Amino acid sequence: MQFSEAWLRTLVNPALDTRALAHALTMAGLEVEALEPAAPAFSHVVVAEILSAEKHPDADRLRVCQVDVGESSPVTIVCGAPNAAAGLKVPCARPGAKLPGIEIKVAKVRGVESFGMLCSTKELGLPGDATGLMLLPDDAPVGEDFRAWLNLDDTLVTLKLTPNRADCLSIAGLAREVGAVTGAEVRLPQIEAVAPTIQDAVRVQVDAIEACPRYLARTVRGIDAQAPTPRWMAERLERSGIRPLLAPVDITNYVLLELGQPMHAFALSRVQGGIQVRMARAGEKLELLNGQTAELAPDMLVIADANCPLALAGIMGGQASSVEKFTVDVLLEAAFFAPAAIAGRARRLGLSTDSSHRFERGVDFAAVRQAMERATRLLIDICGGQPGPVVEATGELPRRDPIVLRLPRLARVAGVALDPDAVACGLRALGATVERRDDSLVVTPPTFRFDLAIEEDLIEEAVRLYGYDAIPAQPPAAPSRMLPQDETRVHDDALRASMVGLDYQEVITYSFIDPAWETALDPAASPLPLANPLASQLSAMRTTLWGGLLETLRHNLNRQQERVRIFELGRAYVSLADQPMKLAGVAYGNVVPEQWGALARRVDFHDLKGDLERLFGQALEVRAATHPALHPGQCGEILIDDRVVGRLGALHPRLVQAFDLPAAPMLFELDARALMWRSLPRHAGLSRFPQVRRDLAFVLDIRYPAGELIAALREAAAPAIREIAVFDDYRGKGVPESQKSLAIRVVMQDTQRTLTDQEVEDAVHKLVEAAKRHCQASLRA
Amino acid sequence: MRTPNEIVADALAAIHGCADLQALEQVKAGYLGKSGQLTDLLKSLGGMPAEDRKIAGARINEAKQAVEAALKDKREALQQAELDRQLAAETLDVTLPGRGLGRGGLHPVSKTLSRIQALFHSIGFEVATGPEIETDFFNFTALNIPEDHPARAMHDTFYLQSGELLRTHTSPVQVRYMQKHQPPLRIIAPGRVYRCDSDVTHTPMFHQVEGLWVDENVSFADLKGVLADFMRNFFERDDLPVRFRPSFFPFTEPSAEMDIGCVICGGEGCRVCSHTGWLEVLGCGMVHPNVFKHVNIDTERYIGFAFGLGVERLAMLRYGVDDLRLFFENDLRFLKQFQ
Repeated sequence: MQFSEAWLRTLVNPALDTRALAHALTMAGLEVEALEPAAPAFSHVVVAEILSAEKHPDADRLRVCQVDVGESSPVTIVCGAPNAAAGLKVPCARPGAKLPGIEIKVAKVRGVESFGMLCSTKELGLPGDATGLMLLPDDAPVGEDFRAWLNLDDTLVTLKLTPNRADCLSIAGLAREVGAVTGAEVRLPQIEAVAPTIQDAVRVQVDAIEACPRYLARTVRGIDAQAPTPRWMAERLERSGIRPLLAPVDITNYVLLELGQPMHAFALSRVQGGIQVRMARAGEKLELLNGQTAELAPDMLVIADANCPLALAGIMGGQASSVEKFTVDVLLEAAFFAPAAIAGRARRLGLSTDSSHRFERGVDFAAVRQAMERATRLLIDICGGQPGPVVEATGELPRRDPIVLRLPRLARVAGVALDPDAVACGLRALGATVERRDDSLVVTPPTFRFDLAIEEDLIEEAVRLYGYDAIPAQPPAAPSRMLPQDETRVHDDALRASMVGLDYQEVITYSFIDPAWETALDPAASPLPLANPLASQLSAMRTTLWGGLLETLRHNLNRQQERVRIFELGRAYVSLADQPMKLAGVAYGNVVPEQWGALARRVDFHDLKGDLERLFGQALEVRAATHPALHPGQCGEILIDDRVVGRLGALHPRLVQAFDLPAAPMLFELDARALMWRSLPRHAGLSRFPQVRRDLAFVLDIRYPAGELIAALREAAAPAIREIAVFDDYRGKGVPESQKSLAIRVVMQDTQRTLTDQEVEDAVHKLVEAAKRHCQASLRA
Repeated sequence: MRTPNEIVADALAAIHGCADLQALEQVKAGYLGKSGQLTDLLKSLGGMPAEDRKIAGARINEAKQAVEAALKDKREALQQAELDRQLAAETLDVTLPGRGLGRGGLHPVSKTLSRIQALFHSIGFEVATGPEIETDFFNFTALNIPEDHPARAMHDTFYLQSGELLRTHTSPVQVRYMQKHQPPLRIIAPGRVYRCDSDVTHTPMFHQVEGLWVDENVSFADLKGVLADFMRNFFERDDLPVRFRPSFFPFTEPSAEMDIGCVICGGEGCRVCSHTGWLEVLGCGMVHPNVFKHVNIDTERYIGFAFGLGVERLAMLRYGVDDLRLFFENDLRFLKQFQ
């Protein structure tokens, strides 16, 4: 909300300069977002009248003017404006004037001495047409200081009001608040009833009395709608961000700004057979003032006549019944619409109006008549006309029940004891009635506050007026108990640190993705679609982190990165109940950064597998699998306790092409829960006896998985065998085609004694037998 | 027969002329070996009279010792030369870079989250988490934001076609946690949140940390104390000015917004603080009784405070990042700056 500081100061004028006032408002919870001067700084500019304008003897485009600046004799000013002419009133900068960017001095212009400058809006830094001199109205007082005459020493204040403070959406409400905060005296406008001079009364029938518990209407006949809006009013409207249009409309807007009561004026001739306040009927439509045709829903309140809706109650008037230049008779409306009956409707129609903004938050239901009287008075004073009586329909208005504020509770919540008298005094300044009862204050909130219903609401007000800054900031006292530290739990930070140690850079990508990517990665995926996405590429919830990672890969490859190793720890989204945390990564480019003394080699499946084994801190059980996004021959599932906890592999060549990548990245995605727990280490004792190593080379079918050979060997392993591991995979010369040779390291050691040669030989024999039986593998000669 | 002195003179000359250990061993054999010259000389002692033998023996022994000493010195000198050669040959250019893997890095938002968690952990806050796809109930209703409340307009909510929504703040975690745990409790809830907004200063996804402390006697003064302590420790500035302004959140009352003195300009006024000298960094307040009622916590017995802070904002201020959108572009040239 934007308002004029000068206007506010007519109602309350604390001894604070603009900045201090803004600070006081901010610290009271009415955040001042911006302070803007009503006009740029300039001085020595007066209202002047051009008495004569003659062509300059030596210049075609210049005129020599005699100008009345309010002194005993006219002054000569040379002027280049095309519209300079005798009889015009214009702003005139006198010698010594400082305008934005220039200083005015007595100067010779083509041989003629000029004593000042006649100004356009642009030269004064004001808005408006700048093609010629700024023209002032005929009644502008010649000789008067231009700034003072236009009240330009004013500041436009923009507040960022919170939704609970609807009472501050008017100058009067703000004045009351400033009074409570600063202690300055508040002089609200005195409003007197305007006696009716005609007896015309429109019939008002309120069907939706709960939605509209108060409705006032008044006929005013014989107005001149084209009467000029007074300058003071236009100025206040403009400085509040409202453009003056037509006097009757300006008046209702002015009352809204002054008192916070939205009003409406209907062209009376368009109201057929009285006013009905009712809910809209299915299928009804209404062309609004902004030209938009609203399809009305049955939960929308309308002001209708006998035939059709005339206005969307509390939101916007209709085009057909609006006041126009030639309107003679008007029907003024002031009402209280229940916030619940207005809230959300405007938004649904894509509207936000000054009126709906206030009604949604709550308008003072006790001040509706005052607003009506105020608007009537202004209308008659400005446009003339004969007022009829006020017709009123009233139902059950909101209640303001007394609330008990316990002073000990206040002290407990605030953390400091507040002076009860000061609290009472502050609450009274806010318009509440306050009564002291023992250790409590009994507070009845004012009708214009819709945010005071329970004790906490009053605590907030009391602390707010005391000043949040005056409450001490103290370190809280609490029993010093240690927090549990479960050593078997691996926290996210530790996981991230492990990945960093493995040379992966963490990234954070959006949780919503392009569903096309998602289905490209897995045609069976059905990512949850957003109902209101910002863009199609952010329109569904990811079911895998790969989409975002591949996008990030591409983004970086396009920026000349050649080696990209990234990971993300974040959720995938399946449903409300299933939003699993995933750890996923992409490795692209060389295994190690380009460096001297190392062969450049692209990262492959087993490099990635090695990274994951280091991450898990153990050899992983991986079995060949398929996934639509991965190369069918380079895709593995990771098993822990026979459960698949993730997969890794090379991106499918089809997708490498689809994503326009120069080469295939390696990808993995893990269920982060599989990494969240580890077992507590337990010491097993060290053997004092020598260990024996035997290397065995098995020749077997080239397609036979090494993992299965190892599993078969482990199955047959004697108890003294500590380790069985592959240390070479050889194919080629010396091994038959379609076969490979796997070199296996077998380490044996007993904890109780030295193994005999015979025991070692027996154990090896058993392994060889098992390899032959289960894997058709023979020892290499 | 040559005298021992003559033999020693020859031997010393021969030793001196040796170029390597092998030659030296040959010289040694020629004088001290089984049929070496000095050995032969010793053997010849047998034919001497006892009187002469004693004197001659002593001279031969002296000669032997002289040769052995020369051999030892020469051997050491040759070994040293050998070692020097080896060391020279093995000398590397230590200025060449080291080899191996590189090192990754954390995302600046993660770094900031860790820092926030560590600071609150140090005074007993535990971490709680909750779902990001949320229900209307937990995101709004249980937080005292009824349907059509104007406060909902402050939250530009993403909805799923299924009717659920993406949480607009981490506050629902408060409710979920209090449903399952009884006070006293002290938690922070970090995580992703979503608002349907995207421009220079807004991204549709960002991170918040929610905090909640519920106990029999916590007050607004405690809230101020904890948060001032946090900000000063986060920015490592003991003299960081802080202020609290009244504000409005449906789920807290009294509600406050916390400002810190601008860490960019030191309060002088700059573009970052819109020339106010202050930066708005978080919202907070005392837990609204309606929130406690939704989770059956006795509002007479317990009081609580809650706060929610924006992680990206703190990260930007801490690390001098001037464009929020950089966090989610994931340009490695940006991310690598936070290693």
